[in-house]
Amino acid sequence: MTDTPKIALRNVHKRFGPKVVLNGIDLEVGRGESLVVIGGSGTGKSVMLKCILGLLHPDTGSIRVDGEETTRLGSREREKLLHKFGMLFQGAALFDSIRVWENVAFGLIQGEHMPRPKAKDIAMAKLGAVGLTPEVGELYPAELSGGMQKRVALARAIADEPEIIFFDEPTTGLDPIMADVINELIVKCVKDLGATAVTITHDMASARKIADRIAMIYQGRIIWTGHARDIDASGNAHVDQFVHGRAEGPIQMQIRAL
Amino acid sequence: MDFLAATGRTFLIFLEATGQLAMFTGRSVSHCVRPPLYARQIIRQMIDIGYYSLPVVGLTALFTGMVLALQSYSGFSRFQAEGAIATVVVLSVTRELGPVLAGLMVAGRIGAAMAAEIGTMRVTEQIDALSTLSTNPFKYLVAPRLIAGTTMLPLLVLIADVIGVFGGFLVSVYRLDFNASSYITRTWQFLEPVDVISGLVKAAVFGFVISLMGCYFGYKSRGGAQGVGQATTNAVVAASILILVFNYLITGMFFSTK
Repeated sequence: MTDTPKIALRNVHKRFGPKVVLNGIDLEVGRGESLVVIGGSGTGKSVMLKCILGLLHPDTGSIRVDGEETTRLGSREREKLLHKFGMLFQGAALFDSIRVWENVAFGLIQGEHMPRPKAKDIAMAKLGAVGLTPEVGELYPAELSGGMQKRVALARAIADEPEIIFFDEPTTGLDPIMADVINELIVKCVKDLGATAVTITHDMASARKIADRIAMIYQGRIIWTGHARDIDASGNAHVDQFVHGRAEGPIQMQIRAL
Repeated sequence: MDFLAATGRTFLIFLEATGQLAMFTGRSVSHCVRPPLYARQIIRQMIDIGYYSLPVVGLTALFTGMVLALQSYSGFSRFQAEGAIATVVVLSVTRELGPVLAGLMVAGRIGAAMAAEIGTMRVTEQIDALSTLSTNPFKYLVAPRLIAGTTMLPLLVLIADVIGVFGGFLVSVYRLDFNASSYITRTWQFLEPVDVISGLVKAAVFGFVISLMGCYFGYKSRGGAQGVGQATTNAVVAASILILVFNYLITGMFFSTK
């Protein structure tokens, strides 16, 4: 059983109206592996994560988690399955009506029905793990800077020690130093938990730092996967263009003349 | 032929919206009656809807009662029927104006706030974050608002009834020089339980409709600030119109002679 992939996508399709977003995604993530999915904006990276989480339903195809088919789960089984997952959202998505520590403890209190004082202790410890003081825990999310919000969101994603963590553009909108801080925290947290991680990003510095393996998504398909160290010698023109951030190449941005 | 296509398309959109709303309502109500319930959320919403709406609803009721007394005096004095003013005030307030005006005021205050809050949570991915933290958004966000709306509006209307009748009393006694005790006697004389009860039933339905519209349009909102603004407008307009429609239907149920 050890070689069952943690997550396996087979031929996953998803379209919104006439717009095809996922066009037959095939992807496997091994247990304890850190996979980074790179790709331009609007290529379906976020939609892919949301399909795995069940926030969106794929039109066809199979998504297995621990070898178990998840595309046809009822809401109760889905809730149970989501206990395995943690997610860091692109815009942090903190609940602004409750305090920072309550945000971090949310999954423990609401999801696992832990008593509040105990959950608060754990939340404060997790905040410490991402380099925030207990005083920050008493503030509201709106009082924090963008970088601090990302760290709180990271603390929330790891609070109930998930087996699988998703990171949706973890470094977008941060300065390079804060981005590196977040990258190192991600690497540390994933290693400490022994979790499986899937990160989607278009920040190559971040990808090189976090990834064991890198996959590139283009036009709703995975066009390349390989070890992180092989990314500069992929032999794939699309990947090369993306890694070096060139406007010229096989990937043409659709820029309409006005 | 374009005309037919446009008509057909509009009709299909209408059917789709009706179906979506029906499914949304079904899911919401099923979460209201299935444990666990989030007591903390329900109490918060009850305070928001019940307690903080008191000033607005109270003032509305007070001035409505006052103006009713004035208007009926100037009208009824033409055929020497001033004696009926107390009865007209109490019946109008308990049967119609109390519930309808309170409903419309609360729709503006609470329906808009719900749509804006849930809409913002939707576009900033906070609702997705709830799901990944093993918390059902229907149970955590929608059910507490429906429960609080349906239970708090009747209480508000009961208070509004008292304040409205008191407003009529003030104007009649201090401005129109009626005898206070005979005004009170006449107020009670023709009042029947069904007058008040029908008003409270209306209030419960209006409270449900207001919360449902606020949650539904907030939940379905898309695309940033503009989408949230649109959702807020739609929630208030839909709630207001539905209040007027249901007001007619419930009045028909209680008081139709045939």
